[in-house]
Amino acid sequence: GKGDVYIIFQVEVLDATTKEQLCFLDKVDPHSTIGDIKSLFYKSCAQWYPARQALRLDTRGKSLRDDEILQNLPVGTTATMYFKDLGPQLGWTTVFFAEYIGALLTYLVFFFRVPYIYSHTYALTSSPHPVVTLACVCHTFHYVKRLMETIFVHRFSHGTMPLRTIVKNCAYYWGFSAWLAYYINHPLYTPPSYGELQVKYALFTFAMCEIGNLSIHMSLSNLRTDGELVRRFPTPTKNPFTWLFFFVSCPNYTYEVGAWLSFTVMTQCLPVAIYTLFGFIQMTIWAKVKHRAYIREFKDYPSVRTAIIPLIL
Amino acid sequence: LPHPAPGAMASSEEDGTVEEKENNNKKRTKSALITAWLTFYNIAMTAGWLVLAITMMRFYIQKGTHKGLYRSIARTLKFFQTFALVEVGHCAVGIVRTSVIVTGVQVCSRIYMVWFITSSIRQIQNEESVILFLVVWTVTEITRYSYYTFNLLHHLPYFIKWARYNFFIVLYPLGVVGELLTIYAALPFVRRSGMYSMRLPNKYNVSFDYYYFLIIVMLSYIPLFPQLYLHMLRQRRRVLHGEVIVEKDD
Repeated sequence: GKGDVYIIFQVEVLDATTKEQLCFLDKVDPHSTIGDIKSLFYKSCAQWYPARQALRLDTRGKSLRDDEILQNLPVGTTATMYFKDLGPQLGWTTVFFAEYIGALLTYLVFFFRVPYIYSHTYALTSSPHPVVTLACVCHTFHYVKRLMETIFVHRFSHGTMPLRTIVKNCAYYWGFSAWLAYYINHPLYTPPSYGELQVKYALFTFAMCEIGNLSIHMSLSNLRTDGELVRRFPTPTKNPFTWLFFFVSCPNYTYEVGAWLSFTVMTQCLPVAIYTLFGFIQMTIWAKVKHRAYIREFKDYPSVRTAIIPLIL
Repeated sequence: LPHPAPGAMASSEEDGTVEEKENNNKKRTKSALITAWLTFYNIAMTAGWLVLAITMMRFYIQKGTHKGLYRSIARTLKFFQTFALVEVGHCAVGIVRTSVIVTGVQVCSRIYMVWFITSSIRQIQNEESVILFLVVWTVTEITRYSYYTFNLLHHLPYFIKWARYNFFIVLYPLGVVGELLTIYAALPFVRRSGMYSMRLPNKYNVSFDYYYFLIIVMLSYIPLFPQLYLHMLRQRRRVLHGEVIVEKDD
């Protein structure tokens, strides 16, 4: 401790734009974290729950992390903090559920040819092509797998996400799902040019990529064992699907792109190719960020690795 | 406006080794070349749009009508408007301090209007709305490029600065009206001809209806126009009145 004198802090919370005092907390324990202070603030100002509070030491600075301790901050015994409302927040699990269930159900609406989508002679009929049913199975499997991973495998670092981002993400997932489902399940759908051979090969690579993606997610999840102090970067394990780690930093994204490429070849549908391209661009950006972060953090990071495509990108 | 890197001039006289001095000379030459290129580019574009303006006026004075005017300037317009793609390159390389995306969107929307609406749909080329947006574009571009030119030459008359940050208040909405009316006039011809459209069934399993695409383009003006307009108003307040605008952070 800091000696025999016990110091009590006071915290003054001001609005970051108007500078008016929103709340005054007295008798705050110096060992309190910012998270504790947010809870105290919420008790007196029930309008903003802790997840949507951003507290800063100056109006235009970086927001304080929840785990920072009051007495370690550069403040006097009366601390002044500025509050910014981050807007309504939702937990990551809720976000992923909304995105994935929405995408899944949207596709099914088109698969079952709900009335008023296609011409009324085709309402509630099914396509004569087996590849169309197969595509529905694959698409549904893809999102069910993602939902299962969200529940059982992923561990999320940040607690929440702003509402506007969720609306944007859902529009993206549901919109694209509708667009590609519309063409695949259309009465005038044309099956792939190379017939069954094309579909079989594409199905095989799709399955391999899905298994690969799952393997990577599980191995990443095992990396974060609680209580361990040393941070490690992901490495190949006994599972052959993780051997992609020899070549790339983010093989989960590599497999994801591979799965969507397979789906494109399987359905021979241009909207799917466009969706794959968009996804590839976004995932490449994320992979490059992650790759750079790994290189900065670990001095012994393997230099042969690239971000998402072996030897190229 | 490109400036040499802050330390580059200072050290060259004092501790510079031969290598450092050579590097500084290279930097200065490079920055002089960049300034020369930008000056040339902006003068050329000012001249180009001036030529367009004069040609348009001469046509109207001689023929007394605007019918056939677009045809007579189409090639020049296509050339100078397409050449503006170079500006996207300027932003990408960093010799002009503007966002690549903003410039890209602006230039692409102009090019789109010229190549995929007015030039490709002959029946609407004699509409009054075409003249409207042509006049707006011409005045705007002459003002803009001459502003950049004078800026690069460090000799900016206040009138040009005033024009650049005030003309848009009237011109921008007028230009939008001209463009929207033109697209609207083009709709029946697009529908009838089925141009740029693709129908099912086909082996790529995709369809595209240019008619509905144009309707979406028109609707997209609704969210985009106010945002751009307000952004320009904010710029204007900052440049002309030195007001400090508190930007809302996301």
